[in-house]
Amino acid sequence: MPETSFRSGLFARIEGLPIIVVFALILGLFMYTAPEVFLAPQIYTTLLSTAPPLILLGVGLTFIIGAGEIDLSFPSVIAFSGYVFAVLFKEYQLGWIAVLGSLASGLLVGVVNGLLIARVGIPSFIATLGTQFFWSGMATVLSGGRSYALRGAEDSSVWQLLVGNFGDPNAIAWQDQVSIQALWTALIVVLLWFILNRHRFGEHILFIGDSNDVARVVGINVEREKIRLFTLMGGLAAIAAMMLTLENKNFFGNQGQGYLLTAIAAVLIGGTSIFGGRATIVGTVFGCFIIWILEAGLVASGLTGAWVRTVQGLIFLIAIVFYLLVEEPGRRVELMRRLGLRREAGRSFAAGRTAGPPRRAGPRQS
Amino acid sequence: MNETQSDGDFTHIVRMEGVQKFFGAVHALRNINLAIGRNEIVGLIGDNGAGKSTLIKVLTGVMPPSAGRIFVRDRPIDLSRHSVGMAHAMSIETVYQDRSLGEKQPLWRNFFVGRQITDRLGFIRVKEQKRIAEEILLNTIGFRGVGIGVDSTVKQLSGGERQGIAIGRAMHFNSDLIILDEPTVALAVKEVRKVLEFVRRIKESGRACIYIEHNLAHVHEVADRLLVIDRGEIVADIDPREMSVAALTEYLIDLQQHR
Ligand SMILES: Nc1ncnc2c1ncn2[C@@H]1O[C@H](COP(=O)(O)OP(=O)(O)OP(=O)(O)O)[C@@H](O)[C@H]1O
Ligand SMILES: [Mg+2]
Repeated sequence: MPETSFRSGLFARIEGLPIIVVFALILGLFMYTAPEVFLAPQIYTTLLSTAPPLILLGVGLTFIIGAGEIDLSFPSVIAFSGYVFAVLFKEYQLGWIAVLGSLASGLLVGVVNGLLIARVGIPSFIATLGTQFFWSGMATVLSGGRSYALRGAEDSSVWQLLVGNFGDPNAIAWQDQVSIQALWTALIVVLLWFILNRHRFGEHILFIGDSNDVARVVGINVEREKIRLFTLMGGLAAIAAMMLTLENKNFFGNQGQGYLLTAIAAVLIGGTSIFGGRATIVGTVFGCFIIWILEAGLVASGLTGAWVRTVQGLIFLIAIVFYLLVEEPGRRVELMRRLGLRREAGRSFAAGRTAGPPRRAGPRQS
Repeated sequence: MNETQSDGDFTHIVRMEGVQKFFGAVHALRNINLAIGRNEIVGLIGDNGAGKSTLIKVLTGVMPPSAGRIFVRDRPIDLSRHSVGMAHAMSIETVYQDRSLGEKQPLWRNFFVGRQITDRLGFIRVKEQKRIAEEILLNTIGFRGVGIGVDSTVKQLSGGERQGIAIGRAMHFNSDLIILDEPTVALAVKEVRKVLEFVRRIKESGRACIYIEHNLAHVHEVADRLLVIDRGEIVADIDPREMSVAALTEYLIDLQQHR
C-alpha cells in the first residue's frame, strides 16, 4: 500500500516534505534554464519583498481551509483595507493611525463574514462571495475609482518599519535590499504555526474541519471559533493589503484580484486537505514560493505571461490529484464512483439511471 | 469549582422536569420527568427510535430541549447557555452513540480536545497530554499492543477500538455522572465484561451512571433501576430485583404489541 509507506516514512515526519522537494526541483530546473536570473541574489531579495502578501493570505487560508471552510472575500479586503489605509495615510496624514484603521477595517470584514457563517448559518462559499462583491464595490465607490500614489512615503516611519530595507536605502548592493516585511511575515508565520499546531484554537479548527458534529460533541464552541477564524483571516488580509500598498507606493481598486486563485492554489499545493481536518503551514509557505517562482521563472525562461497562469493552473491540478491519491484514498474511490470510472460503480450508475426518474426526456422503461 | 459543588448537599445529580423535544413534526421526547440519584446506576431501555439518545443529548447540552427544565445537583441550569463544555465543567461525562472522535486527528488530541491541558496562554502541553494518553491506551479497552500509539489517527482504528477510545476517555475524566449510550455494540465479549466492570466501579466509588443498552441481561446485571422509554415517553420504572430478565423481555414485547 503506497499510502502506508508514505505515512510511516520520512514524508510523514517532516512537515511539508513532498512540497519542499517539488520546490527544490522547480528551482533547480530554473537555475538550469535561466542561470543568469536564478543564480544571482537579486531574484531572492525580490522574492522577500513581494511574496509576503501572498504568504500572509495563504497562511490565513490554511486555517480557513483546514476548518473545512472557504473565504473568497479576501481580495476585497486587499482593496478595501488598502483603500482605508491609503486615504488615512495620504489624505489625512494619520501615519500609524492609518495602520490601525486599516487593520480594524480588515477585522470588521472578517467579523461580518464570521457572523454570517456561524450565526446566520450561510455556507462560507456563498457568504464570502457576497461580501467579496460588497466590500470591493464599497472600495470602488469610496475611492471613486481613483488610485492613490503614495509618493514620498519612504520618508515616513510607517514605511520604514513596515516595508523598509535592512540596509542603507540608497545602496544598491543586494544585501541592502533585503526587506523588512520578510521579517514581519516570518514572525507572523512562526506564531501562526504554533497557534495551529500547539494552541487550543488550532486544535479546535482542525476538529471543526474534521466534522462540525464531532467538534460540538467534544465540547468545542463551533460558532465562536468560526467567528474568530474569519476575523483572523480579515486581519491578515489587511496586513497584506498595507504591505502591498506601501511596497508599490500606490493604491488601486483592483489590487487584490490576482490573489484569489494564487493564494488558494498555494494552500492546496502545500498539502492542506480540501476536505478540511488537516492543514500545514510549512506546506503553504512552500506552495507560495512555488507559485511565485513559477511566475518569475517562466518569464525569465522566455515564456510569455499568458503561459504563467496556464502552468500555475496545471501544477495546481497535479498537486490536488496527487494529494487525493495519496492522502485520501477513500475519497478517491468515492470520486471515481461518482464519475462512473469504476466498472462495478459504472454499472450501478447506469442501473440507477434506468431505475430512477429519467433526467432527460426519453422513453420510460416499465 | 466543581469540587465545592459536588461536596455540597444534593440528592439528585440530574433531574429533568417536563422536558419536550420536537424535530419538526416528530415529537421525540414527551413530557420527560426523571431524577438520577447521586450514587445510582440507571438503565435506560427501549426500542430503536424511542428517544434514548435524544434524551441524553438534551441532558448534556448537545441540543436544547423544546420545553422543560433541567437541574444539576438540584440547581436549575440556564438552558440557553447549556453546552457540552458546561456539562464537562459540571463533571458530567458522556460516551455518545454517534461518532465522537475526530477521524484525521491523532489519539492524544482526541482524548483531551475541548479541555486541553494548557499553559495560561492556551498553548497545549503536548508532552503531558501524550504521557497521559499513553497511560489511557495501556489501561483501556480493546488494545493489546497492536501497533497503535498515541500518534495514530482514528481513521486507522477498528470500530471496537474507536469505542474503546471513547470509553477510555470517559474513564479518565472520572466524572460524577457518566452516561454511556450503547457502549458495547462494537465490542467483543471480553471487552463487554470490562465495560460492565467499569459500571460497577462507578457504583462502588459513589458516583452515578446512566446506561443505555439493548442487551437486557447486561443492564439488568448492573443497574439499580431500569427506566423504559417508549415513543418518547417514560412508561415504566422497574426495580431489577423484582423482575427477572425473562419477565422483563416479556414485558417489553408486550409493550410493542400494544402500540
Ligand atoms: N437530529 C435529528 N433530527 C431529526 N430527527 C431526529 C434527530 N435525532 C433523532 N431524531 C428522531 O428522534 C427519534 C428518537 O431518536 P433517538 O436517536 O433518540 O432514538 P434511540 O432511542 O436512541 O434509538 P436507538 O436505540 O436506535 O439508538 C427518532 O424518531 C429519530 O428519527
Ligand atoms: Mg440511540
